[in-house]
Amino acid sequence: MPVREAEGQKLWQRRTGRESLAHWVMWLTGVAVFAYCWQQISEATTWFFVWDAPRIAGDIWTRATPPKWEYITQLGKPIWDTINIATLGTIIALILAIPVAFLAARNTTPSVLFVRPIALLIIVSTRSINSLIWALLLIAIIGPGVFAGVVAIAIRSIGFCAKLLYEAIEEIDETQVEAITATGASRWQVMAYGIVPQILPAFAGIAVFRWDINIRESTVLGLVGAGGIGLQLSASLNVLAWPQVALILIVILAAVVISEWVSAKVRGAII
Amino acid sequence: MLRLEKLVKTYKTGDQALKAVDLVVPDGQVLALIGPSGAGKSTLIRCINRLVEPTSGKVYLGDTELTGLSSGALRRERRRMGMIFQEYALVERLTVMENVLSGRLGYVGFWRSFLRRYPQADVDEAFRLLDRVGLVHMADKRADELSGGQRQRVGICRALIQNPALLLVDEPTASLDPKTSRQIMRLICELCEERGLAAIINIHDVALAQMFVQRVIGLRFGAVEFDGPPEALTPDVLTTIYGEEDWEATIRKVEDDDSEIEAAE
Repeated sequence: MPVREAEGQKLWQRRTGRESLAHWVMWLTGVAVFAYCWQQISEATTWFFVWDAPRIAGDIWTRATPPKWEYITQLGKPIWDTINIATLGTIIALILAIPVAFLAARNTTPSVLFVRPIALLIIVSTRSINSLIWALLLIAIIGPGVFAGVVAIAIRSIGFCAKLLYEAIEEIDETQVEAITATGASRWQVMAYGIVPQILPAFAGIAVFRWDINIRESTVLGLVGAGGIGLQLSASLNVLAWPQVALILIVILAAVVISEWVSAKVRGAII
Repeated sequence: MLRLEKLVKTYKTGDQALKAVDLVVPDGQVLALIGPSGAGKSTLIRCINRLVEPTSGKVYLGDTELTGLSSGALRRERRRMGMIFQEYALVERLTVMENVLSGRLGYVGFWRSFLRRYPQADVDEAFRLLDRVGLVHMADKRADELSGGQRQRVGICRALIQNPALLLVDEPTASLDPKTSRQIMRLICELCEERGLAAIINIHDVALAQMFVQRVIGLRFGAVEFDGPPEALTPDVLTTIYGEEDWEATIRKVEDDDSEIEAAE
């Protein structure tokens, strides 16, 4: 009870004595746990490698610079593949995510008891597995190459897009839907006039946002053999061709910066 | 003619919003529905076009009984009931024209409406209505660019292009300033007269209701407490509808305000 009376005045404190004590104990335990963990980690670390790290990093830096600029002629095709994987994957994911989102949103689902849980399961299961792991699985199923990458990116993105989209659907203004229903419009007309215009900005935002993420994700898919610039990266790493690795990293950085710029522009234009 | 018989609505929470309401609205009659918040005014008009499903009772629009209709038949009957909303309920991201034409959704097929290929007759009628409410120059503007009064006029056009027999009007002036409120009420009542439409208007502003309508229904706790001409609304009647309060000012204000505004105009 933070208010008490003393000498006819009402005193107010943020916490009662008991609460302050509890806070102190909590902080004390927190600090003790932190110190204990620090000690454990320290014992399990081979400190020689850590002290050695700056020297090794410096060594790799000298080997990697200058980047092998002429190697760029061989990177055009892989980076194009990477961008295609991201773009196609995003488009497929969006097409599949739209029905899933409508089935998952509480206000549009045909059945809260049966259909909605299935839609939510699709969202959770596709979201919970990383695209690299999807790519590994798909390479085993459909063989290595760009197509496996596209499918991996698409599957990974369905859950993300559907989740954001169904949240947007649940937040729409219901009176607009009511007004369209009151005109005698059919179910599909209510959707096209009452719901779609309201979620369109969110949809466009989600699409470019996910495309932007997918550009980054698809650069590493090649590491497991799913096509794109990651293939070149893993090949160069395997033969310790550091100047090539440096150039690949620069190209990836450039691609990501450009995609961020594009998505920012698109989002600004739509919303 | 609209006829309600023993209309009851009990919400899942157990709240009885309507207790066996009986009501007859002849063709062409404009009726104001007054009553305190929570009296069941909104529920009543939503039970008529079944945006809210009534628990029991019957609703006759002309000879058709509405509460037992299948969804397809209900859609056809909804075309005969235009609805106007408190917060306008326009689709904000569509243009004024699209909003007006959306009143025809019950008449055109999905693909025609999706591709915005409405019959020329509908487009002509939309322009005529926009011209009637003085917004024809706004046809290409997006609905969220309009002011409150303008939006409500678009809402009126959307209801009228349905070519309805009845208007259901839910608090048309609650978000508008006093002058715009009067203009909107006047417009609704004029249009009803021009087209011989019956209308049920939910309204909080008793004075405004008295100025424009032919008949007032007072609702309290889901039951009709008063049914009569606007002149019969005495302080005693208002007390039975709303509870104890000094009503002299509310009623007298009508004439005062009115003469002031007329003088100003």
